Amino acid sequence: MKISVIITLKKDVLDPQGKVIHQTLDGMGFNDINEVRQGKYFEIDSKENDPKKAKDKVEDMCKKLLTNLVIENYKIIDVQ
Amino acid sequence: MKSSVITFPGSNCDRDMDVALNKFGFKNKMVWHNDAELPKSDLVVLPGGFSYGDYLRCGSMASKSKIMKSVINFANSGGMVMGICNGFQILVETGLVPGVLLRNKYLEFICKNVFVKINNKNNTYFKNLDSEVLEFHIAHNEGNYFCTKDQLKEIDDNEQVAINYCDVNGKTEDQFNPNGSIKNIAGIFNKEKNVLGMMPHPERMIDKSLSGEDGSLFFNNLINNLK
Repeated sequence: MKISVIITLKKDVLDPQGKVIHQTLDGMGFNDINEVRQGKYFEIDSKENDPKKAKDKVEDMCKKLLTNLVIENYKIIDVQ
Repeated sequence: MKSSVITFPGSNCDRDMDVALNKFGFKNKMVWHNDAELPKSDLVVLPGGFSYGDYLRCGSMASKSKIMKSVINFANSGGMVMGICNGFQILVETGLVPGVLLRNKYLEFICKNVFVKINNKNNTYFKNLDSEVLEFHIAHNEGNYFCTKDQLKEIDDNEQVAINYCDVNGKTEDQFNPNGSIKNIAGIFNKEKNVLGMMPHPERMIDKSLSGEDGSLFFNNLINNLK
């Protein structure tokens, strides 16, 4: 199964990279942006064929390694 | 006194730490990250560097390496564990000390001398030290200490802040904060104060002709406290 996960910074956490991207976009003329937040995207190809089990395992991976829950949230966006 | 310095793939301050520890009387051993057992130690040091190329999050991979199980057990049974720079990042990823280290506020790699004020001397690392302010060296891209409001309250309640960035006179104002850390925090303890994580490098300040000697004060005091 292929599982897709996105990881984003929590709301209160400063994202200086997002800020710089915002400023640059602004300078390029994209001046209707309120905010840019940068995140991470993972594609995990698992040997597990059961969608529920595959999702649970990736959730465990998110909690144990992929995410630092003090500053980040994760969301499994696709299982197929 | 026996010490161990853990070398991870990408550690680059491990040898400097070895030199510093031996200079002040420790019998130091270098320990490979893939070993399972820690040698008998009075102090374990996680050195600075770029373990695993800082992939995913700084320190995240190293915190799951084989030796870290032994280091975590050692810390949980009261053993002295000190993490410097990347070692601090590894410590926060293990959860031995609270919080995280974010990218520096102004997106710069900072490499310079800084002053730090000792916030708590009621522990083996800093007790009996005559100085209130020490000059150390920092070199990092992710040293911006962050924690949740609840964690910050707990850290304050348990007096877990070890050192704060300050000026030469010990003033901990915002303008002396190099990287955006909450409350100028440069280093923190676990609740029990046997685990210390800090961004500054005391091992870079052990030679008058090279840099400075405030690291010598720190290591001399530390080994005396451990005796």
